[in-house]
Amino acid sequence: MSQLPADLKYTKSHEWVRALTDGTVEIGITDHAQHALGDLVFVEVPEAGRKVQAGEACAVVESVKAASDVYAPLSGEITGGNPKLAAEPEAVNTSPYGEGWLMRLRPAPGALAAAALMPAAEYQKLLDAEGG
Amino acid sequence: MAFIPHTEADVAAMLAAIGAARIEDLFDEIPPQLRIRSLAGVPEALNEMEVGRLMSERAAADGTALSFLGAGAYEHHIPAAVWAITTRGEFYSAYTPYQAEASQGTLQLIYEFQTMMARLTAMDAANASMYDGASAMGEAALMAVRANRKSKAARILVPASVHPYYRRVAHALTCNQGLTFAELPYAPQEGTTSAAALVPFEGADITALVIQQPNFFGRLEDVDTLTDWAHARGILVIAVVNPTALALLKPPGEWGARGADIAVGEGQPLGVPLSCGGPYFGFMTTRMEHVRQMPGRIVGRTLDAAGRPGFTLTLQAREQHIRRAKATSNICTNQGLLVTAATIYLSLMGPQGLERTAAAAHARTRELVAALTRVPGVRAAFSGPYFHEAVLQLDRPVAAVLRALASRGIHGGLDLAPFYPELGPALLVCATETKSPADIERYRASLSEALQAARAA
Repeated sequence: MSQLPADLKYTKSHEWVRALTDGTVEIGITDHAQHALGDLVFVEVPEAGRKVQAGEACAVVESVKAASDVYAPLSGEITGGNPKLAAEPEAVNTSPYGEGWLMRLRPAPGALAAAALMPAAEYQKLLDAEGG
Repeated sequence: MAFIPHTEADVAAMLAAIGAARIEDLFDEIPPQLRIRSLAGVPEALNEMEVGRLMSERAAADGTALSFLGAGAYEHHIPAAVWAITTRGEFYSAYTPYQAEASQGTLQLIYEFQTMMARLTAMDAANASMYDGASAMGEAALMAVRANRKSKAARILVPASVHPYYRRVAHALTCNQGLTFAELPYAPQEGTTSAAALVPFEGADITALVIQQPNFFGRLEDVDTLTDWAHARGILVIAVVNPTALALLKPPGEWGARGADIAVGEGQPLGVPLSCGGPYFGFMTTRMEHVRQMPGRIVGRTLDAAGRPGFTLTLQAREQHIRRAKATSNICTNQGLLVTAATIYLSLMGPQGLERTAAAAHARTRELVAALTRVPGVRAAFSGPYFHEAVLQLDRPVAAVLRALASRGIHGGLDLAPFYPELGPALLVCATETKSPADIERYRASLSEALQAARAA
C-alpha cells in the first residue's frame, strides 16, 4: 500500500498538489504513480514562465519501460521545474512527495478552487477501485 | 494455404462495424487523379525464372558506364568480404528484431556501429541509424526545435550550398509541423557560405543553423566561424557530413569552440553500393545534453541479472510503439542491413584505410579537375579547397554535352542548371579512389570531343 500524505491534494491522473506559503503550489506524482512506472531514467520539466491550462500535459516522466505525460492539475503559470531531477531523476522514486517534486506553479485567479482535486481519503478510494 | 488471414466473412464484419460498403471506400479521400489504376510494364505474375531473366535484361540495359557522378551518392570500392559477411543468415534481416534482446549479435553490431559513428563525428552518442541522409537532416531540424527551448520560432537557417534534395526532403518532412527554413546565399566566387550572409539574421529568433561539410559543390565551408557565430546567439548547429571525408576533415564535434550539436549524414559511402539510388541509410549523432531529444533508438551495453555483459535497447521509451503520437519521431527507421554492411566496411578499413580512401578520392578529384580545366571552354566555377567534388563551368549547355558523353559510356556528372541556374552551364563532377589516371584521360578526351562537336553544331 502506498503512502498518502494527508496535507496534499490529489488528481485522478495521479498527481499531487501542495499549497506553499507564498501562494504558489508544488506539483509531483504520487507514490502509486512512481511505483507503477518503475525506475525513472529521465524527467522533463516545464520552463519557468510557461502558462498552462488544467489538464494540459506539461512534464514527462520516463522509465526504462514507459514515458508518461504529467498533467497540470490546475491552470496557472509555471514558476520553475525541480532542477535536481536533471541529474537525479530517481529522486521521484525515492521521495515522490519531497525531493522528487516536479514543478511549481502560480495558480491563475480562482484556479485552485476550480481544480478537480481530491483529499487523500478520496484518492485512496480511487486506488482501491483500480486495484492499487 | 492462403497467406491472407481474413476470410470474406471477417472482412464483411469489419466493414459493417465501421460503416463502409467496400474496402475501396476506405481510399476515397485520395483524389482520383492521383490514383494509379494500372501499372504499365508490371506483369500480373511471373515465376522465379522469368523474373530472373527480366531483371538480368534490365540490369544489362544500364550498361557499365564510367561514372563521374557524385552529388550525394558515391562510388567506392567495397571489399568482397563486406557483403559476404553481411548476407550471412545470422545478419540477413532488415530490421532490429521485435524481440530485440533475443538477438544479442545484432544488438552488439549496432552498438559497435554507434561507437564508430560517434567517434567518426567526435560526438557523445549515435542512434542506431536513420532512413537516409536527407531525412536525417529533416529529423535533425525537428530535434533542434525540441532541444532549443529558448527559441520559439522553429526557424532553421539553411545555406543554398546544402544539397538541394536534402533541403526539399527536410521541408517536406517538417512543413506541416510549423518549421520554416531561411536560405543563406553562397559567395559567388567561393561557392561557400560567407559571414556576410549571416548579417541579415542578426538579432532574429533562429533555432538552428545547418552546415554541410563538404557542401554540395564539394567546397569546404568555414565551419569554425559559422559554428561560433551560431552558438554566440543561442542557435544550435546541425552538421551534415560525408563520413568518408571525416577521415581527413575536422569532425563536427570539434567545430568552433564548442562543436556542433547534432551531426547527420548519408551512410552510403561506407560499403553500400550505388544500386540505382537506394536503399541507403542515414546516421545521426549528438552531444549528451541533447540525447533525450534524438529520434530513433540506441543500443546500450549493460549487465544481466547474473552480472554478465549484454546489449539492450535503451531510449526506446520515446519510440512510437510506446509513445504513439507523442513519440520523438514517427517517420524514422533503422536501416539494419545497411548498417551491418557499413560496420563491417569500417571494421575492414580501419581508421587508416578510411583515411587512405578519402585521400585517394581527393587526389583523383584534383587530377580530374586539372585535366578537365585544360580542355578549352572549361573552367573551375569556384576557387578554394574541395574534397572529392568540384563545379566546372562549360561554354556550351551541359545537358547536350552529358548526352554526348553518355553515348561514349561516360556519366559525366550532374547538370546543375535545374538547381543553380545562376551558375550558367555548370557541371558537378566527382572522382573517388575507383578512378584511374586512364579513366580520367578518357573523360578528358571525350569531353574535349563533345565540346568541339557542340561548337561545330
